[in-house]
Formats: sequence, structure tokens, C-alpha cells
Amino acid sequence: MSEPISALNHASYDGIAKVEECGLQGMITLRGDLSDKVLAKVVKDATGQKVPGQREALVNGDTGVCWMSTDELLVLVPYAEVEAKLAAMTNALSGTHALAVNVSDARAVIRVSGSSAREVLGKVAPVDFAVDAFQSGQIRRSRLAQVAGAFWMDDAETFRVVCFRSTADYVFKLLKIAAQPGGEVGVY
Amino acid sequence: MSTRLAKHGRLIDRSKQVSFTFNGTSMQGYEGDTLASALLANDQMMMGRSFKYHRPRGVVASGAEEPNALVGLGEGNRLEPNQRATTTELFNGLTSVSQNHWPNLEFDIGAINKHLSRFLPAGFYYKMFIHPKPFWKHVYEPFIRQSAGLGKAPDKDSRDADTYEHFYAFTDVLVIGGGVAGLQAAKAAAQSGAKVMLIEQTAHWGGRAPVDGGTVGGEPVDKFVEQLVSEIETMGNVTMRNRCMGAGVYDHGYVLGYERLTDHKPGTQGPRHRLWRIRAKQVVTATGAIERPLSFAGNDVPGVMLASAMRDYVVNWGVTPGERVIVATNNDDAYRTAITLKQAGVDVLRVVDARASAGPLAEEARQLGIRVDPGKAIAKVKGGKRVKKVAICNQEGIGGAREEIECDAVAMSGGWSPVVHMWSHCGGKLIWDDANAHFRPDPSRPPLGADGEGFVLAAGSSNGPLALGDVLKDADAAGKAAAKAAGFTAKRTKAPVGETTAEAPMAAVWLMPSNAEIDLRMKSWLDFQNDVKVSDVQLAAREGYESVEHTKRYTTLGMATDQGKLSNINGLAILADALDSEIPKVGTTTFRPPYTPISMASIGGEARGEVFQPIRQTPMHNWHDKNGADWEPVGQWRRTYAYVRPGESVHDAVNREVKNTRENLGVLDASTLGKLIVKGPDAGKFLDMMYTNMMSTLKIGKCRYGLMCSENGFLIDDGVVARIDDDTWLCHTTTGGAERIHGHMEEWLQTEWWDWKVYVANVTEQYAQVAVVGPNARKVLEKLGGMDLSKETLPFMEWRDGKIGAFDARAYRISFSGELSYEIAVPASQGQAFWDALMEAGKEFGVMPYGTECLHILRAEKGFIMIGDETDGTVIPQDLGLHWALSKKKEDYLGKRAHSRSHMADPERWKLVGLETVDGSVLPDGAYAVGEGVNANGQRNMIGRVTSTYYSANLGKGIAMGLIKHGPDRMGEIVEFPGTDGKIYKAKIVDPIFYDKDGEKQNV
Repeated sequence: MSEPISALNHASYDGIAKVEECGLQGMITLRGDLSDKVLAKVVKDATGQKVPGQREALVNGDTGVCWMSTDELLVLVPYAEVEAKLAAMTNALSGTHALAVNVSDARAVIRVSGSSAREVLGKVAPVDFAVDAFQSGQIRRSRLAQVAGAFWMDDAETFRVVCFRSTADYVFKLLKIAAQPGGEVGVY
Repeated sequence: MSTRLAKHGRLIDRSKQVSFTFNGTSMQGYEGDTLASALLANDQMMMGRSFKYHRPRGVVASGAEEPNALVGLGEGNRLEPNQRATTTELFNGLTSVSQNHWPNLEFDIGAINKHLSRFLPAGFYYKMFIHPKPFWKHVYEPFIRQSAGLGKAPDKDSRDADTYEHFYAFTDVLVIGGGVAGLQAAKAAAQSGAKVMLIEQTAHWGGRAPVDGGTVGGEPVDKFVEQLVSEIETMGNVTMRNRCMGAGVYDHGYVLGYERLTDHKPGTQGPRHRLWRIRAKQVVTATGAIERPLSFAGNDVPGVMLASAMRDYVVNWGVTPGERVIVATNNDDAYRTAITLKQAGVDVLRVVDARASAGPLAEEARQLGIRVDPGKAIAKVKGGKRVKKVAICNQEGIGGAREEIECDAVAMSGGWSPVVHMWSHCGGKLIWDDANAHFRPDPSRPPLGADGEGFVLAAGSSNGPLALGDVLKDADAAGKAAAKAAGFTAKRTKAPVGETTAEAPMAAVWLMPSNAEIDLRMKSWLDFQNDVKVSDVQLAAREGYESVEHTKRYTTLGMATDQGKLSNINGLAILADALDSEIPKVGTTTFRPPYTPISMASIGGEARGEVFQPIRQTPMHNWHDKNGADWEPVGQWRRTYAYVRPGESVHDAVNREVKNTRENLGVLDASTLGKLIVKGPDAGKFLDMMYTNMMSTLKIGKCRYGLMCSENGFLIDDGVVARIDDDTWLCHTTTGGAERIHGHMEEWLQTEWWDWKVYVANVTEQYAQVAVVGPNARKVLEKLGGMDLSKETLPFMEWRDGKIGAFDARAYRISFSGELSYEIAVPASQGQAFWDALMEAGKEFGVMPYGTECLHILRAEKGFIMIGDETDGTVIPQDLGLHWALSKKKEDYLGKRAHSRSHMADPERWKLVGLETVDGSVLPDGAYAVGEGVNANGQRNMIGRVTSTYYSANLGKGIAMGLIKHGPDRMGEIVEFPGTDGKIYKAKIVDPIFYDKDGEKQNV
């Protein structure tokens, strides 16, 4: 295998928030009946987590699982383990109507952190980022200005933003502008 | 003259001088000034010229409603035309120029129009520019273009130096307006625990209450405002923003706020404007009221001003617009101006009151030594560039028996109109209030939300009440009601008690004097910016205009950049009178957002420069960019049109790529092609519905080209489908079709066949896909080593997983070029490495990357159709000779039923053929083929059109495809295509396959 390179190769920017590409993250799109026991076991085996509820993100570092829709989960595993985990999943799901597919290379992950991180996101996503409305443990699939994106919080000041690989350059530039010096809004 | 007073000026800091220029002249003001107050302090009464007659105009108001004082602000990359001097905060180094005059403000050639005003009546444009017809293009249009617009547009090469942004905000209650009403409403709402946002368009809280005076709970109102502001600031649940205007109220509690962050300190870090995109459960509009001008002759002469504005200039900025002032009014409030002026040491010559009697404020004025003339009116203001004399007459009558008084400024007050814009934007209705002669919100007909309940409440004087006490009571109740409607319990508190001097009733005065003769009415302005006079509206009524909306457009009343904030009510009152109707029956024109113009850049937000649009990039994007890519947009993707080498034209590059791919080895970045995984026990059945041909029978390891139609039978996409395993297929789509076809599949699965067991995932971007094409294709891949790619192991239209060199790869043996061709998919994060390996290994085989134009030419040489070229949403497979891809075995598929409709089965439909010009030249793209005769419009009958046309370097001539009526039956015939260049192109109808008809080259 050749050395895999993420979309932005760890680019970073310091403004009113820090914006940095996280590098490669193993991701598996898992579609199926979320109430199915086999599926729940597959998720548990892969991530150690239960099946998340609506808009829930159960993430610990580069392992975890996020709710994407009523029949879709995003399973996060270390990039190096994704093929093995996917094979185990596919095997365990062989008698179940479900779809598990590797999408690690189809995505880019960008971290936005700092005390103004909520405001930076609030400039590009139509989402209420007030502390009482959005916290770690939650995920939103929304848009980042003109493209699709999803995000969750790792802690009170840190977001992980997921977008399609082809739009990584756009999203990074977008977040840079949103994080430009002097851009504090002063609401969150 | 207008001048700075020694005292007063609560908003200015006299210790901080500020320098600025107006029309190149250097002037001084103070920090806290607006441009308007600073200009007045420098005796610059005339600030611009009107649009139509180029009349001299001075500032008439002190805030957002100003129609006259518009300037070009800033220079170069920061020049902005039509900025209101009244809302422009002064800063050091500000440069401003007046507008709409030539050669200069003092002497303007265009002012000749005012002498022609007799010939420029209402509807002049409509009457004048109709005849004679040829004049439009050569005389009228150039003339109108020359005179259109007030300010100068920025130079075409300048670029906005600032940045802008959006911000999404969510709140329980949004209060628009930070005057006493807004502050009180915000407090009352916030006390319930609701999340409150309070926005104010100016830099100051309290609105005009500190100017108008009065007491609250025994304290002066300005102290009350101070306390209220600091109290709200300490409440954790209120967000306060000043310099943030409520621009528009829309459905579902959506409100736009326009925050001007650095207009008062240009060049500072951070965005210049921020557009707040607010979702509020409830909206309280506390937007105040605007004073109306009086309609008398010469009411537009510089020095004639709203009484409230004149009071603002004295109290807020320590500036008096004149030294000898006459006040004209129909209400008590204007006496406050007379008193304020007098107390500031200005000579108030007289208060001309149209009413027979006035209230206690008049008495107070008299005691200060001001002469009050009841029942009187201004017949005419004399003076050109500023007020010189005022002629006074009786209000009742035609304006005779005048007494002339020398003065240099006139304060006028025609009563107050609530600012109902925010209430009305989303459908709130108004009622006519006879006592105050104004429209105010009808609380029983508010704008309705999704639940059928009102979501906007009006508060304070924007709701009708004008006296301080009533305003506070109303605002307190509105704040509490909003909190309650947002699901909170309002705190039981008493509204603060405000007191002001009692006022006698106002009188509705729409014209001064009441029966003014025509020469006066022709000089009584309604709309200052667009030069609409009382006589114009009356003429419109005589000419049959009854609807206020029609009259508005015919006369241009209220159509200027101020949107009629001063002129609307006066105009429709005149119209009602002329129609012998009542004002509420005539009604208002529509209030549309934004409240005042907002910058276009704020609407765009961050979307400019490099993030104007998302540009989707493949893993090899940077390599292409460094290697001469001439880019082509395909959807949001950028694809390489051709790789241009130094010294080559794009056309040369394309020809080189076309030849090299056929003769040696070409590689194409095909990563953008859509890749959809379709999986499940019903996936085969599902794909049989999606595609016109059979996909369920496809064997594992094999590929099949498929067509997709909409349910109306039209072609929407095509691509190669691969069977991956028992219940999994991989569907390739066009580059622009990935998201669309993914959505199309999901829609059918979710809405129609929800019980079918199928899951779809879009894995387009998981793979970098490279087409390796040409006689040396197999050689280069074999050199890289790994999986067996021989003809026997991997025949045409099959796929295998394996290793190529160091890469995990899926190799598809498919061809869109007619050559020996593989499409190799590798993980996207290794795409660049794989591309590099191919380029390195391919050197000895003559490898060259090729772009989309080469791809197009190669496929056209083979007669392969392209979605978007041969199809345009009206084309069906049968038109393209693709009957072979329409399954006859399947009971149903999307489009099948539609194909049997009479029009679809019509033999007259245009059909695909090849086209070859008789002289080898290239047919113009999109050209129409013409037949015999003409249609009902005298146009030549059309019998077809060109869908694809190229120069083929391999064949050394132009080749094309087109849809021609009876085309396949007319092989060998010559058809004519008139070009837009005036030439007639002649082409022979031929077979669309120009190259390697038997397909031998791809099958080796």
C-alpha cells in the first residue's frame, strides 16, 4: 500500500479559533434497522458504543459512532483498522439486510477549537450553537455555507467538522475567513 | 446660516476634533457627529440635487428616513454611492462627494430641467418615450441611461476592500428598535426568563426620548434610559446589538439584522458588515415613528426641515440649521422644537399653526416670547439654494393675502406616522387612526406564523401611542405578551410611569394652504428625492389612476432609495382627496424589505473571492493545476479541459492529446464520475426499475452500460453498472449526476417502494479513478505489476479486484473512447501516488494526460452520446437510436409507459445522425438545420440541430452529431445550418460512428 494522504495534509490556521485538518479518519457508513440486535452488536464490537439516539454522537478520540438518520450511522474507527473492522462487520451482518461501506477516503475532518469556535461555526451553519442548545454528545448534519457538512463537539471548545473530501479546500478556506482576526461576535 | 452652538450636543465629544472632506473641501467636526450634523456645523446646507429636476437639496431629516442628503462615500476600493449623511457616523479622514450634478453642486447644467418642469409632468416617461418607435434605441435609451441613477458606480476595476459575513442567531423574543419602547419591551420579556435579542440601528440607545424629554417615575427620561440599559446589560439572557438594523421580517419568524461593524472606523480588522439571520419565536417591533413633512410650496428648499430633525440637531449634536427660524405645524409636538431652539439662543420668529388652537406647549412657547399664529399656513418658501423668505397666509383659502418674513430655516411638522414596515413585511395589516391621522398596526390582524397565530407584536410609537407614558405602557405589555407567546410566564411587574406635557389634538393637514392654487401645488413636494409634487399625484388621479400602487409607479412617488418614508402618507392623502375617497380606502403601497438599503456584499456574506462558490477538487487536482490544466467547470467540480504545454494553444493541446491517446497512451482523471452502491435483496428488482435495460441478470464480475429515464421518459443519466456480489451493484453516473441520481434513487425508495429492501450509498469520493486508454494501456499496467489484466482474464465489460503495483485497485475493462481502455479505481488518499506511478511507468509508452475535450472528441468519433449534449431534458432513448438499451422483457421501468405516448412514438421526432460538413470545416455548436418554407411568424422552418461538434485531429476534419427530422432515413443528404456569423454551413447526413465502426480497437 502506498502512503495515504488526507485531503489537506494537516493544513492549519490560527485566527479567533484554530482551524486544522485532522488527517485520515476511518469511517464506515452503516445503513440498516437501528433497532436490530445484530446491528447493535456490530456497533458495540467495532466501537464499544451503543447505538446512538437521534442526533447523538458517541465519540472517543478516533473511535465512536454518530447518528446520521433514522437508518444510517457513521462508524468511526482508526484509519489503519478500517478494512479489518469493515470485514468483521460485513461478516457479522451477513444474514441481515444492512449496508456497511468504507467512506474514509471520501471525507475530510477539520478541527475547530478555541473560545470562539462556536461563533466561527455559527457563521457558516444555520444551527443554534448556544451552550444550552449544542453540546458534546450531539451531532448535526447541516450545511457549511454552500456545501454539506456534519459536526460534533469533542469538548466545550472543540468541534470536529466532517465534509466531503472534494470540498475540503473550500471548507477550510471558509472556516479561515470565519475565524479571521476581529471576527468575534460576542454572543456565545 | 447653519452653525455649531456653543452648548448642547449630548452625542458629541468636543474634545475630539475630526477632519473630513466634502467635495474636496476640508472640514472639521467632532467625534459623535453624523456626516449630516458635521456638514450643517460647517454651514453646508446644500448637500445634493434631486433626481429629476436637479433642484438644490439640503438635509430634511436626521435619521434613516432621509431622502436628500445622499453622498458618495469613500474612495477607490471603498467608494460607495448613495450613502445617507444622516446615518453616516463621522470619522477622521472621511471623504464625501455630493451627487447628481454636472459640473458641480453649486452650478449644475441639469438644473435646466426645473425650468422644463411644465413639460416633465407625472408619467412623463410613459408619455414621451413611446413615439416614434425608432427613437427608443438611438435617442431615448441613451438619454435615459445617461440620466439614470443618482450616485456614481465604483470604477469597474476597483474591488471591495472589506470582508462580510453572516451569522445565524436563535432567540425566543427579538426586539427590533432600542428606543424606550424597545428597551422596556426587552426588559419585560427577559424578566420571564426568555432569551431576548435587542437590535438598534443607530449607535445609541434610547431613541428620540432623550431629545423629546419627559420624566419616568419622576426622573428625567435620559436617566431612565441609562438605568434601563445598564439593567438589561446585566441580565444574562439578553443580547444587545447597536448599529444593527432590523432589515426584514419573513415567514417562520425569520428576521434579517444588518450590523454595520466598521463603517465608523474603516480599515479596522474584522468584517465590515454582518448579516444576522435570526430565527425568533416572537418578534416585537419597536421601530418608533417618523414625522411627516407638510406640503407647501417650496418645502424642498434647503433649510426646510422636519421639526423633530431640527430638534435632534440642536440637542444631539449642538448644531442649529438656522439663526432665524419659522416653525410650521398641525400639532403640538413641533412646539418642542420652537422651545428647544429658543432655549438654545436661536431666534424663533414665529410658529405658524394650521389649527385654531393649541395645547399647553404653545403657551410655554408664548411665555418664552415666541409669537404663535393660529390658523395660519406657509404659502410659499422663497430662496434657491437656501431659505430666504417665507410667505405666510391663512390655512383656509387658496394662499392669498401673504405676509413675507425673512428667515433662514423652516421647521415643519405634519404629524407622526408609526414605522409599520417590520409589522407589514410579512403580512401584518394596518388600520387608519383618525385622531392621529396615521396608519397603525391592527392588533387583530398580525403576521401569522406556521401555527396560525401571530408572531409579531408592535410596541410603543410604532404601534400608535405617541406620548411617553402610553409608549412605556404599551411596550411593557408587548414585551410580556411576546414572552408569553414564546412559552414563558411573564413576571407581574408594573410598567414604568412616564409623564410629558399633555397635547391638544392634531389636525390632518395634507396641503398648505388647504385650497392652494395650482402654482403653489406645482411647487409642493411630496417625494423629495424623485421630485413628485402634489400636482403630479392630482394629475395622475385625473388621468384615471385609482390604485395607489399604479399611481406610485406612474408618478414614481415613493420609488426612490428612501422608499417613500416621508412621502407615502402625504401622497396617498392627496390621492384620496383627488379621488374624493377616504384614506383607508385608498390604502398604502406594499412595505417590502429591506427597511433601508443594505449592502449587496452583506447579502453575499463570505461568498466572494476564493470561496465565492465551492470548487470540488479530485485527489489529483493540484497536479493538474501545476501541469497546465485549462479548467472547465462540470457541476461544482473543476475538470481539466486540456493540459496546455508552454507555447501551445488550448486547441493545439487538445489535438495533441486526441492523437496521442489513439496512437500511444492517454490517462484521464475520471474520479468525478458518480459511484453509487446499491445493495439489498431487492436491489436487482430496484435497478431494473431505475434503468431502461436489465440489470438484475448481470453476472457478478461483469459490467453493463445502462440508461436512466425520468418517469416522463426523458433521458436523465447514463453510465456503466457493475455487479459486485449477490446483492450488491455499483452504478456509475455522470459527473454532474452523482448527487442528483442518488437523490432520485432515494426518493423512489422512500416514497414509492418503501417496503423494498434496498440501501444506497454514494461512494463517489472514496475512489480516485483513472482511465488508462490507448494501444499501450495494458503494457503500462502490466509494467506496474500485480493482477492479471490480459484479454482472457479480464475481457471487455468486466471488472476485477486486485493489486496494481503497490495499490489496492478495482480494474474495470470499459471504454468510452473506443480504444483498449481500463478504468482503475484506487482509494482517494492514494490517488495522487497512483497517478504519479502511472506517469512514471508510462514514459516509455508515450503517456500523456488528457482532458475532457479530448474525452469528448474520442467519444464523438465513436458516436457515443453524452448526457447534456445529445440530451437536454426533452430527448428520449429512441431519438438517439438506443432502442437496444430498452428492455422488452421487463414488465416495467421508469419511462416505459411514457415512451408509448403518442408524441414519444411520433415518427416526426428529430433523430440522431452524424454530420459531416462538405468542406471539412467545423459546424457551429447548437446551430439549427433549416428546411423548406417559413412558419406562422415568418421564420424559417427548423428540421433539426447540432448537439455535438468538434474538430477531429485523428480524422483531420470536423465531425458532428445532431438531431434531424427523419435523419436516419436521409443518409447522404445535404442539410443547411445558418450560423450566427451570417454564413450558411452545409453538412452531409452520415452514420454517427466515424471511427473504427466494428469496435476492433477496444477489443484487443
